[in-house]
Amino acid sequence: MAKSMIALNHYAHAVRFWQLMGVWLLLIAGAAAAFFSLEHFGHAITGMTNHIVWGFPHVIAIFLIVAASGVLNVASIASVFGRTDYKPYAPLSAWMSIALLIGGLAVLVLDLGKPDRLTVAMTHFNWTSMFAWNVFLYTGLLALAVVYLWTMYDKRVSGWSSAAGIAVFLWRLVLTSGTGLIFGFLVGREGYGTALLAPAFLALSFAWGWALFLLAQEGVSRWAGEPSAMLDEALFTRARQLFAVFLAAALYFVVIYHLTNLYFERNAAFSRFLLFAGGEFTFLFWIGYLLLGALLPLWLVLGMGDRASVRWAALLTVFGGIAFLYAFIIGGQAWPLQPFVGYEVLSSGFDDGQVAIYQPHWPEVLLALGGIGVSGLLITLAVRVWPFVPVRT
Amino acid sequence: MKTTAEHDTGVDQGRRRWLAQLGLMSGATLLAPGIHLLAIPPAEGAADGTKRWGMLIDATRCDPNCQLCVTACHEENGLPPATDAQAVRWIRKVTLREERSNHQVSLPMMCLHCAHPPCRDVCPTGATFKRKDGVVLVDRHLCIGCRYCVMACPYKARNFVYGPVTTQKNEVPRGMGCAEGCTLCVHRIDRGKLPACVERCPNQALLFGDLNDPTSPIRRRMAEIGARALRPELRLDPAVRVHGV
Repeated sequence: MAKSMIALNHYAHAVRFWQLMGVWLLLIAGAAAAFFSLEHFGHAITGMTNHIVWGFPHVIAIFLIVAASGVLNVASIASVFGRTDYKPYAPLSAWMSIALLIGGLAVLVLDLGKPDRLTVAMTHFNWTSMFAWNVFLYTGLLALAVVYLWTMYDKRVSGWSSAAGIAVFLWRLVLTSGTGLIFGFLVGREGYGTALLAPAFLALSFAWGWALFLLAQEGVSRWAGEPSAMLDEALFTRARQLFAVFLAAALYFVVIYHLTNLYFERNAAFSRFLLFAGGEFTFLFWIGYLLLGALLPLWLVLGMGDRASVRWAALLTVFGGIAFLYAFIIGGQAWPLQPFVGYEVLSSGFDDGQVAIYQPHWPEVLLALGGIGVSGLLITLAVRVWPFVPVRT
Repeated sequence: MKTTAEHDTGVDQGRRRWLAQLGLMSGATLLAPGIHLLAIPPAEGAADGTKRWGMLIDATRCDPNCQLCVTACHEENGLPPATDAQAVRWIRKVTLREERSNHQVSLPMMCLHCAHPPCRDVCPTGATFKRKDGVVLVDRHLCIGCRYCVMACPYKARNFVYGPVTTQKNEVPRGMGCAEGCTLCVHRIDRGKLPACVERCPNQALLFGDLNDPTSPIRRRMAEIGARALRPELRLDPAVRVHGV
């Protein structure tokens, strides 16, 4: 696999390229409309409230950011663990990480109440805040991934590729732990407040990133019209088995997280709510995540194992990931805070003791889709100019 | 003009230079977060560090049907009436029933001005800060509206301003897209006055004072009837304490 080629060749695939660009630009235009509406009317036009302050945009943004870390697995396996047969796929893996991270961050930034104060966020840091740390972790990953890509393409610095790969690998372990700890370091809410969320998010990132990479890799190989660019049988089998390991590891941490909550009586009410009485959250957890996003992909990957099944498994994993985060982020806020332990709330001027209701409105949906649009646009642009498709010679 | 050599190799040096400049600019943007351009000291003001302002809520004296503290707060701070789930509530009335004894009790809830405030700990820019006298405030110029503080507060005391602000008062800065909460009427207590809710309460259910002074009326009253922190297991050491809950 010495050579590689451009998937969306300028001459052969101009129409396909612009069709894809059209889709992404449409999504971005929608997000721009949402953003300017939010700037003018405030978040009053969203479905978010003072009970649920992080809504659908945060679900998609966090999915993209967590997946951005996991998608680097392919590059890490090549550089850190020395599996050279993964190496031709490392550039796409590194670029996808950059694209997904930028897409996710764009959503988070555009959803801020004061997005015009981004410079404030970049010049004032409170070091006890996970958010402040994440500003460095995210920009640091972008910088390291760029350096890593450089070492892959420029022969003069290719000797540094392994070192850059190790640096990116370690950095993203910290980064995804940091994303999990955004919730893990919240003491007041029953659904959060456990350091278990750091490894749980790591495991989830492996599964989601792997799924997105498998889909993208197959996509660019097909666009290139280069059958030999698909993972060969041996590599496909290993990729499939790793996918199963990642799915199982993620499921393990999710199960342990809820078991821990259920075992500690002070947190049990939240997990009982989410697992059994949470309405749409319960449905999203059991059907969306557990059945469609974890068990069915595991069966498809291990039981079926053919390429079409693995493709379906990857799609379902992405869907299940979003379902999981929706139940976790929105459900975690919908469950009421408990300032008066041991008391039942008879009446309250702020709906204490009530499960909060959340219905995303159009600005949130468009903003979230815009993040996917930004990531898609960046990947499509790169796929057109960079030789991401390995060709077996 | 391209040189002959450039024509021969097909390399467009102009494009290379442009790409290099683009790369440089992107790199600079990327590294910007790491450069500390301004160092504005935290706005601690002229607060007196020897004091710790606090409040005692005596739920045994609170009338469940009375909303005067809530009305006073809204009037004093220019808050619009709280009509929906997006409205801000710096203070709210709650009526509770003890699960075993069925004993009912009513009390107002607001920011408890913790000694170790989770809202301040999570605030990425340091917009949420604690004055020397323990009052927890939001610097409206630093708040970026991320709502992490609203997520972090265990007492549901932080709010996000969803819509345009039209009822603003000069002494109480507010703004759409920022987080906010009870200021303990800092503009009043700095002039030696009581917080609006305390002043308006007809039943003396609210007592304001200096928790650091053992001879202050609030400390003497706390010693007399007892007072505790809500969610004491969190060890946040709130300055607003309750009796009767």
